[in-house]
Amino acid sequence: MALRQDIERIDPAAILAETDPDKKRQQMQYLARQCRVDVWDTIYDLQTGHWGGASSAAELLAVLYFHMLNVRTEEPRWPGRDRLVLSKGHASCMYYAMLANRGFFPLSRLCTFRRLHSDLQGHPCMVKLPCVDMSTGSLGHGLSVGLGMAMAAQALKARYRTFVIVGDGCLNEGQTWEAIMAGAKFRPHRLVLMVDYNKVQLDGPSEAIMPMDPLAEKLKAFGWNTAPRLYDGHRVGEILQSWEWIQTQEAGPVAVVYQTHKGHGISFTSDQSRWHGCPIDRESYVRGRAELIQALKNTEAES
Amino acid sequence: MSVQHIAMREAFGQALVELGRDNPRLVVLDADVSSSTKTLDFGTQYPDRFFNLGVAEANMADIAAGMAACGLRPVISTFAIFLSLKCTEQIRSTICYNHLPVVLAGGYAGVSDSFDGASHQSLADLAILRAIPNLTVTVPGDGAEVGPCLRQALDREGPTYIRLSRNPTPILFDRAAPFETGKIRVLKRGRDITLAVCGVPTYMAMEAAERLEQEGISADLLEVSTIKPMDEAALIESVSRTNRILTIEEHTLRGGLGSAISEVLARSHPVKTDFVGIEDCFTETGPYAELLNAYGISTEQIVLKARMLVDTKKSRP
Repeated sequence: MALRQDIERIDPAAILAETDPDKKRQQMQYLARQCRVDVWDTIYDLQTGHWGGASSAAELLAVLYFHMLNVRTEEPRWPGRDRLVLSKGHASCMYYAMLANRGFFPLSRLCTFRRLHSDLQGHPCMVKLPCVDMSTGSLGHGLSVGLGMAMAAQALKARYRTFVIVGDGCLNEGQTWEAIMAGAKFRPHRLVLMVDYNKVQLDGPSEAIMPMDPLAEKLKAFGWNTAPRLYDGHRVGEILQSWEWIQTQEAGPVAVVYQTHKGHGISFTSDQSRWHGCPIDRESYVRGRAELIQALKNTEAES
Repeated sequence: MSVQHIAMREAFGQALVELGRDNPRLVVLDADVSSSTKTLDFGTQYPDRFFNLGVAEANMADIAAGMAACGLRPVISTFAIFLSLKCTEQIRSTICYNHLPVVLAGGYAGVSDSFDGASHQSLADLAILRAIPNLTVTVPGDGAEVGPCLRQALDREGPTYIRLSRNPTPILFDRAAPFETGKIRVLKRGRDITLAVCGVPTYMAMEAAERLEQEGISADLLEVSTIKPMDEAALIESVSRTNRILTIEEHTLRGGLGSAISEVLARSHPVKTDFVGIEDCFTETGPYAELLNAYGISTEQIVLKARMLVDTKKSRP
């Protein structure tokens, strides 16, 4: 059980140092796809983990850690850092892959995911892993926590931003809507709600489990400054455009809905609830991996 | 000489205002009951550090967790029944799992919200919260203990639950040694039986100990204001002399003070034990004193049960 050496890995330091926006965009797209391969391998090796939701958040996490977030790898608890709350904590494997690439710990440690005594718990644990800003796992907590962090920034006159990634499951929980109401009341600055809106849940399509549409309209009706359009959460260029919009918003919290696909990157797992958290069989693993590697190789040509 | 009566919630409201003066990181969150829990006094004094979240306890608890993770010292306040049930998961999986310094203030505990009835009476909060790792669980015995208990909770790394009562009760400890979290307070030394009490019934246990003394039964009286972690040494020291213990609490007998003490003694020093508290039932509406009495929490019950425990001791061959 170790990271496969058959893929060409990008040097993360080069992404951080890149000054040409087009190149950087392409590099982040490549990194997201590269992490999909590592996550697919890790979950296959271990025979446990959540491929669907992890894959869904790959590009969002890549752009957050390589473009948006102001963090210090040598001082993960630096008080001035931007915060990220991964409310959909089951995307943990992708989160760990991105944290490792960002330099918080060696990528080789991904092999310890979900094993006894590992820092890489099944769902993120801030006590074991200092670069995690909040332990998550049970859905629906993240936006309240992020709101508290943003309100603390206001009270302490700090300048950090707080980002919260929620999924469909989080939006099912009443608590998320309590937090949405409270966000509209207290209106802390520099709070960003990012919806990884893949519309598939554990048991089936959200439409059958708990329909959330029209989501952006709901957020607006609840008093949130909501992005004027939906963004493609699998295209780094689109996520960068949403970031441009976010940065021009001055007061109060903002919400952005990203259209994503659960299990993105592999044709037979995309949009399929069966791939929320099931173990990966040998045949699917081989077929899926071939698709992920093809996508990785296509990155340059596409961009 | 008449004893002064002060409600714990009044003492809590005043203590928050005082502590807020020197602690700019102290923030208070309430769930639309601040005029009852008395956190409104803090809100009036420091409006920028007071947040009313409406009737949304789960959101309140997680917001406090986020604030604590970023350097603030939040106190969340609502009725104990709602605190222990409506945001149990937030307390467990966000605040306690991450060892965040949030103070959980549960007001109107026990049957002290007497006229509102079973929906508002909190008789399992200690059982529920005691089962969560990392949480310190405290029960002040009078208004005088509330301030020091709160101050110590704010000074501690990690979360603390403070159980508070609604109604005025006798002030017992205004001239006593300072309150210390985690330490049993010995109120009276005796040799025949240990009485271990927490919360409002403390004054009843003191009365009962006096009456028992007149009957020739000498009680060792312990006020156990911290349920977790338990001051095991002081407890074992007492029962090793008395070989009898009666626990007294305004809480269900399934999981509260009596259970916490029994867990310690069953392993370290098993002794004959009995319990004063509420049986496995839902309570009802009524005046506070009458309600306590109706559900078996009274000086008379303590005397009666203590007497029976001591009798079995004497009748032993």
